Amino acid sequence: MSDAYGFYTDTTVCIGCKACQVACHQWNELPAELEQQPTEHSPGQTRPMTGNSYDNTGSFSDVNWRHVKFIEKSEIPAMGTTAASVSHSPQDPNRDNLQWLMMSDVCKHCVNAPCLEVCPTGAIIRTEFDSVYIQEPVCNGCRNCVGACPFGVIHMGGTANEGEGTAKKCTLCYDRMQHGLTPACAQACPTESIQFGKITDLKVRAEQRVKDLHDLGFPQAQLYGADTKILGGLNSFYLLMDQPEVYGLPSNPKLPSRAVIPSTFLSMGSALLVALGGLFAFRKKRMEEFAADPTAKER
Amino acid sequence: MPGLGTSFGRGGATNTQQDLQNADAIMIMGSNFAECHPVGFRWAMKAKAKGAKLIHVDPRFTRTSAMADTYAPIRSGSDIVFLGGLIKYLIDNEKYFKEYVVAYTNAPSLIDPNYQDTEELDGLFSGFDPAGRKYNPDTWKYQSDLPPGQTQPVPAQDESQSFSARVGKLVGPPPKQDLTMQDPHCVFQIMKRHYARYTPEMVEQATGCPKDIFLKVAETLAQNSGRERTATVVYAVGWTQHTVGVQIIRAATILQLLLGNVGRPGGGILALRGHATIQGSTDVPTLYNLLPGYLNSPSALKTHETLRAYLDTEVTPTAYWANMPKFMVSMLKAWYGDAATAQNGYGYDYQPKIVGDHSHMPMFVAMSQGSIKGFFAMGQNPAVGGQNAGFQRKALAKLDWMVVRDLYETETATFWRDSPEFKGKSSDVKTEVFFMPAAAVPEGAGSFTNTQRLLQKHEKAVDPPDDARTDLWFTYKLGVRLKELYQSSTLPRDTGIKILTWSYVDPEENKQWRIPDEPSSDLVMREINGYTVSDKKMVKGFGDLKDDGTTACGVWIYSGIYAPTADHPDGFNRSAARTPGQIISPNWGFAWPANRHILYNRASADPAGNPWSERKKLVYWDANAPATDTQGKPTKGKWVGIEGEVPDFVATKAPTTPANPKGVGLDYHSGADPFIMKADGKGWLFAPQGLTDGPLPTHYEPYESPVENMLYHKQGVNPVAKLYDKLVPGNAYSPPGNPDYPHILSTYRLTEHHLSGSMSRWLPWLAELQPELFVEISPELAHEKGISNTQLVNIKTPRATIQAKALVTKRIRPFVIGGKTIHQVGMPWHWGYNGIAHGAVVNDLSALVGDPNVNIHEAKVFVCQIEKA
Repeated sequence: MSDAYGFYTDTTVCIGCKACQVACHQWNELPAELEQQPTEHSPGQTRPMTGNSYDNTGSFSDVNWRHVKFIEKSEIPAMGTTAASVSHSPQDPNRDNLQWLMMSDVCKHCVNAPCLEVCPTGAIIRTEFDSVYIQEPVCNGCRNCVGACPFGVIHMGGTANEGEGTAKKCTLCYDRMQHGLTPACAQACPTESIQFGKITDLKVRAEQRVKDLHDLGFPQAQLYGADTKILGGLNSFYLLMDQPEVYGLPSNPKLPSRAVIPSTFLSMGSALLVALGGLFAFRKKRMEEFAADPTAKER
Repeated sequence: MPGLGTSFGRGGATNTQQDLQNADAIMIMGSNFAECHPVGFRWAMKAKAKGAKLIHVDPRFTRTSAMADTYAPIRSGSDIVFLGGLIKYLIDNEKYFKEYVVAYTNAPSLIDPNYQDTEELDGLFSGFDPAGRKYNPDTWKYQSDLPPGQTQPVPAQDESQSFSARVGKLVGPPPKQDLTMQDPHCVFQIMKRHYARYTPEMVEQATGCPKDIFLKVAETLAQNSGRERTATVVYAVGWTQHTVGVQIIRAATILQLLLGNVGRPGGGILALRGHATIQGSTDVPTLYNLLPGYLNSPSALKTHETLRAYLDTEVTPTAYWANMPKFMVSMLKAWYGDAATAQNGYGYDYQPKIVGDHSHMPMFVAMSQGSIKGFFAMGQNPAVGGQNAGFQRKALAKLDWMVVRDLYETETATFWRDSPEFKGKSSDVKTEVFFMPAAAVPEGAGSFTNTQRLLQKHEKAVDPPDDARTDLWFTYKLGVRLKELYQSSTLPRDTGIKILTWSYVDPEENKQWRIPDEPSSDLVMREINGYTVSDKKMVKGFGDLKDDGTTACGVWIYSGIYAPTADHPDGFNRSAARTPGQIISPNWGFAWPANRHILYNRASADPAGNPWSERKKLVYWDANAPATDTQGKPTKGKWVGIEGEVPDFVATKAPTTPANPKGVGLDYHSGADPFIMKADGKGWLFAPQGLTDGPLPTHYEPYESPVENMLYHKQGVNPVAKLYDKLVPGNAYSPPGNPDYPHILSTYRLTEHHLSGSMSRWLPWLAELQPELFVEISPELAHEKGISNTQLVNIKTPRATIQAKALVTKRIRPFVIGGKTIHQVGMPWHWGYNGIAHGAVVNDLSALVGDPNVNIHEAKVFVCQIEKA
C-alpha cells in the first residue's frame, strides 16, 4: 500500500463558518435537508431552526458527511477544588471562562475500522490511500455498519436498495484524490483548521502545534486519534482543547471484534458446561439403566 | 470613509489583510471579523499562531470572540468611551510613541485660542449654531500668520494662468507649532484635557466592561507598540453604523497615531468593507457626492459655477492634492473626448450639480414625497436592507417605474405583491416594475477592489443563462439607448449625454461567447488607467497626467494599472497579475495608489529615514542608491521598500529636505512628513477641518439609548445628527431611558447568509444552515420574561413589531451601566418574505437617523421591547 492520507483538524482555529459542509455538498452533489425541496414553481422551505447554538443540521446524515459542532461552554468552579464541572446549558447564566468551541466532524477513516469489519458483503473497503470507502453497488443495505460506527458517521440513504437505501458517508473525496486534488472541505477551509496530507506529515505538524499551545499556556491541548490507542489510529485525527466527551467524541471506542472475543470465550465456556452436563446426564441415565437391567451392557 | 480620510488623507484601509501576520497584537472592534470576513480571518489566525495577541471588543461573544485571547464586552454604542479611555491611558502613563507623535502627527500644532472644548461647554464644541443645528468650524483652525479674519489665501484673478500655476497662489503660511507640546493651545494638551474624564472607572461605568479587562486591553496594546513592535486595529460596519460612526473611527486613528502604528508593517487600521468590491464602489463611486477618485461632485451649494471656480474651491494646495486639477481635467477628457475643450471647461459645464444630500435615506424620503419618479435597484434590496424598511417599501409604491436587476426575485422586486403592506392589495400599487435577470460574477469579466484597495480581475467562465446579462452590459446598453433618445435634443442640459464617449465593445473578445455585444472590461480599464490624447498610449501612472487636455484618465487613483512595460508596450491589465510573493506580493493584482500596499509607509522609518527597528523594517532611505530625480537627472539617494513595496513618498526626496513655506504641493512638506495627502503632511489627532460634528471624538449616546449620557448632561447625543422624525411619519425615536423600550437591540450578519439574503436565502445549501430569523437573548432576560429557547417572541420598536424565535445563549450578556442592569439583544437581519429561508424583516424595526458626515444609519444600536408572542 502507498502512504496513508487523511485529515488533521485543528479545532483551535475552526471559526465555524461551515464552508466545509457546503463544499462537501457541492462536490458530492448532495442535496440540502429541507422540509420541502425547491421546484420550478416554489422556492422550497427550510426545516425549523434547532435552537442548539448555530448548529442547524444537527448530526451526520445520508447527505451531511461533514457536521460542524458548536459547543457553548462555561465552567462552574467547584467548592474547594480546582476541578471544574462543565455547564452547557444556555439557561445557566454563569459565564466563567466562557468558550464557544467549534469542530468540523467527519468520518475518522479508522485504521481498524469497525464498519469495514462488520460489512458482510465487502462493500466497505480500504483504498490505496488507507481511507475507508463504501462501494455503493455492493452494499446490500444491512445496516451493520451503522450500528458498528462509534462516531455515528454512517447513515442509510438513497433508493438503490428497494427503498432501504445504501450506507453513505465521507469518501475522503476519493474521486478528487485519484486526480491529485485535495478533498473539497480542506480546500474550502479558510483558516486551515482542516488540513489534508500524508498522515505521517500531519502528525509531525500536529505534535508541534500541541507543544506550541502548551508553551503558550494551554495545557489542555491534546490530540485525539493521532496515536494507535483509538481503533489503531484515526486517519482523520483532531487537536482538541478539552476532553473528547465535550465534543461528543467517545474517549475509548471499541472494535466489534474486541467485544466478540470475550463473548466467544463465554460461549465456549457455556458450551463446555452444557457438554459436561450432557455427559453427566448420559452417565446418570446409563447408571440407572444399568441398575434396572444389568444385562443391558451387552446391548 | 471620512474617518480615515480626515486623519490620514485617504479613505481606505492603511494596510492589508496579509499584513496582519506582521502584527504583535490585533484589536478587532466594531467587527465580527471571523463571521463576516472568514477568508481574510485566516491572516488573523496566522498572526495568532505566530504569537500575536488577539483582542475582541464587542457587545456579543461571537465566533470572533471565541478565537480571541482577550474578549472585552462593551455595551453597543459606548465605543468612544472605551477608545477615549485607551487614549487617556496612553497619555497618562506616557505610553505613547513620543518621537513618532512629535514628528509625524499634529500633536505640536497650535489651535485657535478661541477654541472651546466639549469639556467646557458640556457636550458641545465652540461654533455651534442651535437654530441651524450645525457648526461653524472657524475656531477649530490652526494658528498661523494669516491676517486676522482671513481663513485662507485668496486666489489670483488672472484667468490666463494654468490651473496648476494658480494652485501656488493658494498656499498659506504653515501652522504654528510647539515641539515641546506644552503650549495649552497645542493639540496634545487640548486632547489631554478632552479625555481627562475617560478614566478606567468611567469606562467600566459607561461601557459595562470590567475595569481589569479594559486595563488588560490597554496594556496589551501599549506593550505591543513602539519601535520594535506594532499592533493593528480592525473594524467594520460595527463602527460605521452609528450617529457617531465617523468619530468612532477617528478615535481609532488617534489611538494608532499615538501608538506610532500607522504606516508600519503589522500596524495601521484595517477597514473591513461590508461586501465584495464596496471599496471599488467608493473609488469609482456609486455615491452621489463623489466623482471617480474622491473628487467632490460639483455642487450648486458651493462656489462651483465654472471649472476654475470648482478647482479653486476644492484644491488642497499644500499636499499631493495640489495636482487635483490634472486629475479633474483628465477625467473630464476621458468622459467627453474631443468635445471637451478649454472653452467649455473640458465639459465641466455639462456636469450635473448636486443640490443637497441625495444619499440613500433622503432619496427614499424624496421618493415617498413623490419627487423621485423612477428607480434602478441593481445589486440592492432596500425592501429588506433599508432602514425602517416598511417605510421604504411604501415609498417604492410612489414610484412611476422601478427596474430591479438581481439573481432572484428579491423582496424589492415583489414588494407590490408579497410585502406585508401590499399583500392582497397589489392593485393599490401603481409602480411599474421591470425585473431584469442579472448575470452572476463568473458570467462576465471584471474586477473586484477588495477591502485593502487591491484590484483583482476575474475572468468570464461561462455565458449567463437565457436573458441574464452582466451589470456592465446593462449599463452600457442603457447609455447607448439614452444617447439615441437625446440625439436630436437641442437642450443644453442634454449635451453631456450626447457628447459622452461610449465605446467599449471589442467584437474579437466576444468571439468565443454566445453574447456578441458584451462590453469589454479591459477597454473600460484602459480608460480608467488613462492615456495621452494624441496617440492613445497608456500613461505610466497619475504622475503623467496634465491639466491642459492632453491626457485623459477615468480614475486617477487607479492610474498605472494598465501601465506599459518593456514586454507589453501597449500596457497590460495588472489586476490580472498572479505572481505570489511574500507578505506584500507586489505582483499579485494591483493596489491603488501606484501599487502601494501599506499607506503612509514613509512613517515606517524614523525622521532621519532609518527603520525604527530591524524587526519592523519596510521603507527606508538609502543615501547611496543611484536614482533619477523628478526632472530625470541622475542623483544619489532614494527610498527603498522591502519585498517590492512602493514607497508612498517622493522617491528621491531626502529625509533632511526642509519644508518650503512657499512651496506648492509636496514641496511645502519636509522630507519627514509622511502624510502626503494632508495639507500639513501630518497625521491628524485633532481635525481642524473636514468634519461636521467636531474636531475630536466625543462620547454621545446613541440616538436611542436606555441610559443618559454619563459624561455630558447638556448635550447627550450628537447635536448635528441627521434626523427624519419630522420628515417621515412612523419614524419616531424613543427618548433616553424610556421604560417602554428598555432593551438595546443591535443588528448584524451571520457567516451563513449574505446581507439581505438575496444571494443566500435562495440557495438550499446556505438556507438550511441558518433557516429562520432569531433574536439572541441572555439567560437572564429569558428568565425575567419567561421565554424559553426557540419560543416565538415579539420584538417592538417605535417603528414596528415583528416576530422571531428566541435563541437563549450565554454569549449575550446583560450590562450594568451606571448601576442599572441593561439587557442587550441581537438580531441578524438576513431574512425577508421571499426565498427558501424566509422570515420577518428586521429593518422594519430600525430608524432613519444618520451620522452627520456620511448620513449612514444607526443599525448597530437602537431600543426595543421584547415579549412572548
